Order: sequence, then C-alpha cells, then structure tokens
Amino acid sequence: MIAVSNLQVHFGARAVVRGVSFHVPHGTSFGLVGESGSGKSTILRALSGLNRDWSGRMAIDGLELARRRPKSFFRDIQMVFQDPYGSLHPSQTIDRALSEPLLVHGLDAVEARVRRALEEVALPPSVRFRFPHQLSGGQRQRVAIARALMPEPKVLLLDEPTSALDVSVQAEVLNLLRNLQETRALTYVMVSHNLAVIAHLCATIGVMQEGRLVETLSADDLRAGRTRHQHTTALRALSLELEDPSEAGRPA
Amino acid sequence: MTTMRDWLLSDAPVSRRQAAWARRYRGWLLFRRNALAMLGLGIILVLILGAVFAPLLAPADPDTPDLAMRLARPSALHWLGTDELGRDLLARLVYGARVTLGMVICVVIIVAPLGLVVGSVAGYAGGWLDRVLMRVTDVFLAVPQLILALAFVAALKPGIASAIIAIALTAWPPYARQARADTLRIRNSDFIAAARLTGASAPRIILRQVIPLCLSSMIVRMTLSMSGIILTAAGLGFLGMGAQPPTPEWGTMIATSRAFILSQWWVPALPGIAIFVASLAFNLFGDGLRDVLDPRQG
Repeated sequence: MIAVSNLQVHFGARAVVRGVSFHVPHGTSFGLVGESGSGKSTILRALSGLNRDWSGRMAIDGLELARRRPKSFFRDIQMVFQDPYGSLHPSQTIDRALSEPLLVHGLDAVEARVRRALEEVALPPSVRFRFPHQLSGGQRQRVAIARALMPEPKVLLLDEPTSALDVSVQAEVLNLLRNLQETRALTYVMVSHNLAVIAHLCATIGVMQEGRLVETLSADDLRAGRTRHQHTTALRALSLELEDPSEAGRPA
Repeated sequence: MTTMRDWLLSDAPVSRRQAAWARRYRGWLLFRRNALAMLGLGIILVLILGAVFAPLLAPADPDTPDLAMRLARPSALHWLGTDELGRDLLARLVYGARVTLGMVICVVIIVAPLGLVVGSVAGYAGGWLDRVLMRVTDVFLAVPQLILALAFVAALKPGIASAIIAIALTAWPPYARQARADTLRIRNSDFIAAARLTGASAPRIILRQVIPLCLSSMIVRMTLSMSGIILTAAGLGFLGMGAQPPTPEWGTMIATSRAFILSQWWVPALPGIAIFVASLAFNLFGDGLRDVLDPRQG
C-alpha cells in the first residue's frame, strides 16, 4: 500500500531524513519510533504532501507521488496531528470542521455524514455545534480523527496522536483507532516516541535515529526484547525504566 | 426574556446559527461591563440616529440663510445660535453628522477589505508575492497621510468624493500590515496544515480559515482608526480640500467661521466639540471592543 524508498529531506543544509525505506502492506500499521529530532514526523509530513522539499521515491497504492498532490490524493490520505489544541480552528464549530472536507471534495449528504462521523468516534451529538475550546483534549482528538475520516481515506497518518493526552484518555483513543482500522480496513503509519503506544497498535515497528531507519522489527520481537540494534535496546530499556523503575535492571 | 437568554447561553447549541449568536452574546456580556466603552457606544448610536433622522431632528433647514439673525446667541429659537449667515447651528451640526459618518463608512468599506486581502495573501503566500505587496505597502506608509491626501485632492477636484478616495488611499497600509502579522502567526499552525490536507485551494484556505481569524483585530483597528479618519476628514474640510461650503461639514464649518473665534466663540467651537466628541466616542468604543475581541489581551 505504501512504499517509501531512499527518502531524503533537507531543512536548508541540514539533512533531517537520510535515505529511509520502508513498506507498509494494505490494512496494517507501521510504527515509527525515535527520539525527538530523529526525523520521524518529517517523514509523515513529506508523505502527506505538507513538506514538498524531499527526494527519493514514495508510492501509495502503486502510484508514484509527485511534489504537488492532486486533490484526489487528499481523499485517500489523511493525517491526525499531535496537538488536539492546535489542530482545530479556534473559531469554527465542530460541525464546520467536519463538513469542510466534504464541501471541498463535493460530497453529498453532509448532514448525515457529519452525524455518522460523530457517532463513529463515540462523541455525543451535543458537541456538534460547540467550539473546540468547549471540549476536552480527548474529545478534540476524537474530532480530529473524525475529520480525518470524513473523505473516507485509505491511509491514516498518525503524528503522535496520543502524546498530548493523559494516560486514561490515551488508551481510549488507541482503542478507537484500532476499532476504526478493523471496520474500515485502514492502513496506518504512526509516529510516536512512546514504545508502549506504538507496540499497542502496530505490528511492525521502525526505529529511527538521526534521520536513518536503524532497525525494523515486529512488535512481538520488541516486547520479547529480541532487538538487534543498540539504539533499539537503549530505547526499550529507557521505556521500561519509565514504566516500572524496579524492572529496569533485569535482563529481558 | 429568560428563554432567549437560555437559548443563547445553552451548553449544547443545536445549530450553527445558535452557536454563532451565543458567541456574540458572550462577547456582549463582557463588553457591557466596560462603562467607558458603553458610553462610547451610546454616543455613536446617538450620532448614527441623528444622522439618519436629521430631517426630523433638525429645528430648521441647515442651508437657509437669515441675515437678520447673523451670529445669534443660543436662544429658544436657535438652541445653539446661528452662524455668520444666520443658519441654525444645531441643524448644521446634525446634518454634519451625516457627512462625517458617511465619509467614515465609505473609507472603511474601501480600506478594510483591501488591507485584509493584501495582508492575508502576502502573509499566506510568502516569497516574492509577499515582498512585492509589502514593499508597495511600505511606499504608502512612508508618505505622511494628510500631505498625500492633500496632494491627491488638489490634483483632483476638491470635494467629498475625492476626500474619501484620498483618505482611503493613505489609510489601508496599517490594515495590510496587521492582517499579514495575524496571518503569519497562524499560517504554520496545525489547523491550517489540516485545512491544506483537505485538499482545499489556497484562496479557499485564506478566505475560510485565515481571514476569519484576522477579522477580530481588524474590527478593533477599524474602530480605533475611525477617530483618525474623522480628524483627517475634518482637517481636509478645514483646509478647503474636503467638503465644500455650503455643505454642513464640521471641518468646513470651523474654517468658514474662524474669523469669529474671539467675538462669537461658540460658532467655530461647536463643530470642534462635535469632532472631539465623535472621535473620542470611537476611541472608547474601540478600546472596549479590543478587550472583548483581541485574543492577545487575554
């Protein structure tokens, strides 16, 4: 479904992504982990067409991606942003945010689609005409997910979708994403610095360090500690330490 | 009344219209607490009503001279006295509000959309378009407002229409600057990125996402600059470049009666007071609006 080969992104003279290749089959989830600044979010922004200064090859559904994306591209690919406080227009109601993609693509039955979308992300109908500042962080992120689903995409790019939420809400949003993937046969590419979050949703995980993909492994291997690259091992140890300090010293 | 209030303050509005009116109503509740701003709003409303109903309110025709009653003191017949041609001053002041407010409204209608479009396009597009638009703005900013307006009116024919065009020509650059600054502040935010990801075109994003957010500071700036427009319009009138006598424009009225400032001081002083009160009212109102609308103020 998604094929990326030798992707490179430069910010001025600085190389942020240096030759990354990966492949995501249809209906699966691919996770990208790494420290901040390792280039993982930049890959998503290049894939989504927000960043046009890239080189290499990217293809979705067998179609090569150009720098400028046609309007139809944005029906197939959508993105959920990290910060639910910044990704919704502050002076527009939820209704407006959800119907805007429909208007852009000229889809019909706006009313019914908006109502169904709210239902799908388990939001009460009463939030429909509220403004973003009247919602909680978790509710906003649900709205952002609903908005991304409006044009009925095949691929959802998730840029740290839970890191701005508190822990109990994180689990809810992750479960929602997992259910949506099953019902809609979505393909996910998810970026996070949190190994637990990534392993919860993604079967295959790529580990980034300084713009390179240093290791690709399955979530089971990661949980079992079958890591090959030292950076993966270090990230895993760190994550375990944060979760449960008493287990940090124990070999996996 | 309570049901109206409940409808407006409802926690779960059921339509876009209700949500929008609820927002305005909350702003109004905030605005109402500012006594000075309410005073400004009151004066502006009185001015507008006076201008609209001038033929009903004015005690006499503003253009009929009565040389027997030249420079009369305020009396029961002429509440505010008469001018050098014996015309009723109150009538002229009330009709003058028409001219002044008309000019202000015309200028704002020209200037605000122009500045908004130039600024938001420059800010959103960036690159060479931004540079060209902003250098043009700088050129207009570099010329003193009254002087450019004077030169422009002198080149055309002195009159209300050319005064409006002249003021508009010199008043738009600050609006463009403001709109550009607001646009730059939001153009890299996630919600604009999300709008780009819907596949919307740049004009659509500017119109539907960017401009609504520039609007509140634009309204504040507009109200605050209205006092400046009133002063410039009166200044042009005073210098003989704006409204021409016998039009009852406040600046022109001062100019034609300035010879009597020592003997019959109220004749030139009354239009002066009118100018002062009108521009002060717009300033007070604008300050109050800023507290409500401008997010930077909290």
